[in-house]
Amino acid sequence: MSQIQNNIWAAPHLSMRWWPVFQRNWLVWKKLAIPSLVGNIAEPLMWLVAFGYGLGSLVGQIELGGEKVPYILYLASGSICMSAMNAATFEALYSAFSRMHVQKTWDGIMNAPVRLDDVVLAEMLWAAFKALFTVTAILGVMLALGISHSWKLLVAWPVLLGVGITFSCMALIFNALAKGYDFFTYYFTLFLTPMMFLSGIFFPREQLPALVRVIADWLPLSVAVDLVRPLFMDRWPDQPLRHVLVLTLFAVVSFWIALALTRKRFRS
Amino acid sequence: MNTPLLSVQHLIKRYGDATVVNDLSFDIEPGECLGVIGPNGAGKTTTLRMCLGLSQPDGGEIRYFEGLQMPRDALAIKARLGVVAQMDTLDPDFTAEENLLVFGRYFGMPDALIRERIPALLAFGALSHKAQSKPGELSGGMKRRLSLARALINHPQLLMLDEPTTGLDPQARHLMWERLQVLLQEGKSILLTTHFMDEAERLCSRLLVLDQGRKIAEGKPRELIAQHLEPEVVEVFGQGAVALAQEASLKALAGRVEVSGETVFFYTQDSRALLHALQAWPTLRTLHRPSNLEDLFLKLTGRQIREEG
Repeated sequence: MSQIQNNIWAAPHLSMRWWPVFQRNWLVWKKLAIPSLVGNIAEPLMWLVAFGYGLGSLVGQIELGGEKVPYILYLASGSICMSAMNAATFEALYSAFSRMHVQKTWDGIMNAPVRLDDVVLAEMLWAAFKALFTVTAILGVMLALGISHSWKLLVAWPVLLGVGITFSCMALIFNALAKGYDFFTYYFTLFLTPMMFLSGIFFPREQLPALVRVIADWLPLSVAVDLVRPLFMDRWPDQPLRHVLVLTLFAVVSFWIALALTRKRFRS
Repeated sequence: MNTPLLSVQHLIKRYGDATVVNDLSFDIEPGECLGVIGPNGAGKTTTLRMCLGLSQPDGGEIRYFEGLQMPRDALAIKARLGVVAQMDTLDPDFTAEENLLVFGRYFGMPDALIRERIPALLAFGALSHKAQSKPGELSGGMKRRLSLARALINHPQLLMLDEPTTGLDPQARHLMWERLQVLLQEGKSILLTTHFMDEAERLCSRLLVLDQGRKIAEGKPRELIAQHLEPEVVEVFGQGAVALAQEASLKALAGRVEVSGETVFFYTQDSRALLHALQAWPTLRTLHRPSNLEDLFLKLTGRQIREEG
């Protein structure tokens, strides 16, 4: 047997066969879109209202790059990145795991001429699409609330898709390792929740101890916030190339690891 | 002779120290229904998984059609196979019709072509009235038939069925058999694994008996029985039956005597003298019947329960 087949770290073997798998998820989701939309945007909006208007009235304005901005704008521009992260993560963990492990949908798909690599790619893109959908709905609400009206939000939109891609790639690593749904709690409590507080969503990273800050600056969520927040303030981000590269690196490396571990899982 | 649709040569699979498939070779000719039988843990499903490229062999070769090789040409092979796995993998969120549509797309078939085929496939599965039902609303037999219909969406040449009737009630099982026979008459070829000897006898033109990963017998069902067994069996059961197995006068009348639980099995070329002699034990009950595939299976693989299965 060829060596290539045996190596789980072999380069991804991707083709357009991911599309019918993506279409499958789309068809399921269409049936549940409205309730799913409510769930996806209700929570981020509660955060925004409680913290933005509640806490915001105590904090007042926040100084950012020599400019004073209302706390609600500060929070909204950060929390939308968090929403992209959460939407992608939930889909690539719980929903993908249901399809992979519980319903055995992937097994069925692989009895047709579709490679595992394409199934994983489809799940990744699907989770990213769900993130984009959620983010779009929240952006709509933010526009309606008048939090920002910058036309640069149009640029934030594809950036947030990128954020969704990065986090769905990362989540798929844990999907590949999971024995059950309980396992995902570790990922949330050990990775995502700390990242949420270290990435400058609720307060500036300048408040963090110097050593923690060094690490925090390289977190994918920090990078996402650094890209998106200026766009909300009608400015261009500093070092956009660096940020995009960091996000891309996280995405590519994570996807590769996720694919290798998923191949290992399906090898048996 | 035709080129075999599937040719497996010296297949080996190990899990750690255990060799679960050990130097297994077999072919499937066009139009044939090959049954793979064996106790739990014999390596049936592992073999099937390797043939489908879902599991990596540790040795050997799997060739399909004209020179295609698994796993190298997995996609080209799967485009021409129909698979029904042991566990249904139907999409619970979709209707029967949508299940077929979505599955056809995985083969790269255009929607129009799939939609054209759906009514005939549903009719074949006796599911036309259930087109709009989801798998959760279908009975076990209907789900299996939907899985079979789904496996036919791409007009496969060869069907791979892993225990297609396990868990079905007799009516559903007979309907499944009847459907499979229709497919065989249409010229399709089938590889199926089963635990049911009546299923194997009814459907399969040839059998492969596996035990502990090895092929221990291969041939047509009737020929295998003739080759390995006396044609008649007399089963004796009831109080004190087991002691008869030591009875020299009876043993002389039987080719082979076996005890299982409280029952004695006398295998014989001619049962008349034996039945006559058994009249001396009027309290015991006897069952006289021709030997069958189940006897063969038990002779070859033993009567003890395989816990590890």
